[in-house]
Amino acid sequence: MKEDISLKVNGKEYHVQVEPDTPLLYVLRNQLELNGPKYGCGLEQCGACMVLMDGKADPSCKIPVSEVVNKEITTLEGLISENGELHPLQEAFVEEQAAQCGFCLNGMLISGAWLLQENSNPNREAINEKLKRVLCRCGTHTRIIKAIKTAAKSKQL
Amino acid sequence: MKTTRRNFIKNTSYVAIGFSLVPNLAWISVNEQSSQGVTQQSRITDWLQILDDGRVRVFSGKMELGQGIRIAIAQVAAEELNMNVDFIEVKLAETSTTPNEGYTAGSQSVARSAMSVRKAAAAAAAILIARTAEKYEIKAENLYLKDGMVLSKDGDFRASFFNILDGVQIEEVVPENIQTKSKEDYEVVGTPVARKDIGEMVRGLPMYVQDLRFPGMLYARVVRAAAYDAKLTEFNKENAEKLDVKIIKVKDFIGVISEDEYQAEKAKIFLERDCKWDTETELPVEEFSAEYLKNLSKETENVVNKGNVAFKNNSISAKYFKPYVMHAAVGPSCAIAIFKEEKLEIWSHTQGVYPLRKTLADLLNLNEENIKITGVPGSGCYGHNAADDVAAEAAILAVENPEKYIKLQWTRADEHAWEPYGSAMVMEMEGSLGTNGKIENWKYNVWSDTHSTRPGGDKQNLLPSSFYNGTTAKRPKGYFGGAYRNSEPYYKIPNQKIDAHYFKGPLRVSALRSLGAYSNILAIENFMDRLADKAGEDPVAFRLKHLEDQRAKDVLKKVKEMTLGVELLESEGLGFAFSRYKNSASYFAVAAKVSVENAKVSVKEMWGAIDSGEIINPDGLKNQTEGGMIQSASWTLQEAVKFDQTHVSSTNWESYPIFRFADIPFVHVEVIDRPDEDALGAGEAAQGPSAAAILNAVYRATGKQVAFLPVNKNVSV
Ligand code: FES
Ligand code: FES
Repeated sequence: MKEDISLKVNGKEYHVQVEPDTPLLYVLRNQLELNGPKYGCGLEQCGACMVLMDGKADPSCKIPVSEVVNKEITTLEGLISENGELHPLQEAFVEEQAAQCGFCLNGMLISGAWLLQENSNPNREAINEKLKRVLCRCGTHTRIIKAIKTAAKSKQL
Repeated sequence: MKTTRRNFIKNTSYVAIGFSLVPNLAWISVNEQSSQGVTQQSRITDWLQILDDGRVRVFSGKMELGQGIRIAIAQVAAEELNMNVDFIEVKLAETSTTPNEGYTAGSQSVARSAMSVRKAAAAAAAILIARTAEKYEIKAENLYLKDGMVLSKDGDFRASFFNILDGVQIEEVVPENIQTKSKEDYEVVGTPVARKDIGEMVRGLPMYVQDLRFPGMLYARVVRAAAYDAKLTEFNKENAEKLDVKIIKVKDFIGVISEDEYQAEKAKIFLERDCKWDTETELPVEEFSAEYLKNLSKETENVVNKGNVAFKNNSISAKYFKPYVMHAAVGPSCAIAIFKEEKLEIWSHTQGVYPLRKTLADLLNLNEENIKITGVPGSGCYGHNAADDVAAEAAILAVENPEKYIKLQWTRADEHAWEPYGSAMVMEMEGSLGTNGKIENWKYNVWSDTHSTRPGGDKQNLLPSSFYNGTTAKRPKGYFGGAYRNSEPYYKIPNQKIDAHYFKGPLRVSALRSLGAYSNILAIENFMDRLADKAGEDPVAFRLKHLEDQRAKDVLKKVKEMTLGVELLESEGLGFAFSRYKNSASYFAVAAKVSVENAKVSVKEMWGAIDSGEIINPDGLKNQTEGGMIQSASWTLQEAVKFDQTHVSSTNWESYPIFRFADIPFVHVEVIDRPDEDALGAGEAAQGPSAAAILNAVYRATGKQVAFLPVNKNVSV
């Protein structure tokens, strides 16, 4: 049975009609038409679907939408400030050209943003730890590590 | 047949491939050139069009697969037209407007496609100058192009491309021999122009086929059989039927569609649980081994027979095994299809829109002219993965449920367990040194399944065909040439005998990045180290002694230089390897530093040097090469597709793990630019040598050779 559910995503309040056990990812992509979070496995194994929930990066592909109604959800789109300014990590990914196919970027950026919030000067171990859930098959890791370090150095943080 | 209809300039704004919410459904098949291929006869307008706002749109039949081809093509066109690269729009594969370039594969994209664009742009530049000279009676040598304008050197004349052409595209045929810009004058080509699509990716803008949305679009899933050749015996739909879904069943093909994606997913789960299948063939679980594969082979082809191979008790030998490896895209395959008024339209991340169209016409009994396929990027694919299969399944669902857009998303288990893998292979080497300390005899045997079952018009190559037609799955023979790719060493060796043996193995296979070259190079390059040891020589010096091509020597020396000063702990080793991809494409040398602790190998750092001839975008080349090194390291250390008696059991990232952050080596790549040489394919150059460098490093660290992959399953200390 479908239910009315309200969600707080990227600072806005949304009302959707869905079955309460629908994974958050499907609501974000299909009802809210957001493209940042991606479907990669639906098993919480690859990180393609990462979002920030109350500031912490977590997969959105399994958690039922009814369980996140009280959380502040931020997607990749929400990392951009209202005046259109990119998050320093988004800037750094462009600067380092840290993408091949780019399919993993959502998970990398969301996890990286969370990391930088907790640790303004992360070393390789810290990066490995906070990004361990996110897979990249193209092998862009070295550039992603550089982008995180570049963002950490930028003054805006 | 081409019409002689004049092609007017009318498109003002760039239409991103199908991303508008209400796409234009008008069929543009009037002028369709079907799959005749790009011949010498292609017109300039087939490759590039002048837009009325001064920009230029370039068409390429290639797909963006994450290799940055868009920017490379834009750079080449910008250079010839003397334009800011931002004024160039690149439109990729689509069966109605872009040239039929076959497949985006074999690292040919830059080498071939960009060269065609270069010629067309150079021809356009010459015609723009000639027409201006004629029309305004100005000497051609006094004219030049700049950012969409034709200008006179004295500054008196300026007119836009659009005005010069009177609003008509350039219809002339691209001449076979055309003067292109001289390389000393290059301003854009050879520089690291940033890819524009990365800016879109970081913003989460819609750009993948997975992001397409159409009005009233339905979500679909396909129900997987128990095995490749399974037959449906019990169709138990009671549980699935209770959901808000429509079940589509044709013979043994079962799909579900729904307005709600999660409902479709649940229905798939129920149907896969409730339906019963009969499986005929048992997969060889216990028996599966190198010997088993060798015994399967029925056909042998001699690849090289040079001099007279004769061993006199002084040879060394080695045997290698490489398991099935998967493409394992991060984003599972996806396609959207609609069947309306007898016409089928598909959005797909296929590597070849034209071959797919031909094959779908065969599967669905449609005329090719009634099928339109638009290429839209997907997740990186690294060869022939399930892109064509999912498009075929979406097409079936669309035909069975017309008038609606249907988006079919494969699940992780679909992708892992049903994509066509890179074949398992067995390699055996024997070699001996002459009295001069150089290699005298070389014998190599390789056993492999095919390395390409791309749908070149034969529906049997598409996964759903046998289920949909109710026939038994017949796995196609495919292309065997990939098995011996790079099986001939690039070194000077007087006596050589190389044979390839073909088998049809238990799992579905097709092209995976570098085909058989990965295995052949890893065997050759590990064996070179063994022979160097036997000769008592430094492995790099030993290779240099056997190389004649200066460019080959240069990449090896470069890597040696890059690793000077690398310090090694007791448990660490440094290994080197080299190859020239296909013996005719890019030169690549690599070093790997590994550490071996508690019977576990980790790759700490890798260094690569690549020579791909003329470089269009050095940063793109580096990016691809870095990625190839990391991907190859993951294959080599830990990847192997597992199966049980019924089917593949590697169904997710836990049963088929790939490298995560903690596993990856930090990689460094240097490129050697050869502006006067031809641009060479580069995307696959790193796969084989990277694997060999790792094997060689393991030996240097432990004194023991590991020749059966994956390394971490077979290493013992
Ligand atoms: S899609 Fe959520 S972790 Fe893979
Ligand atoms: S860039 Fe393709 S998966 Fe990471």
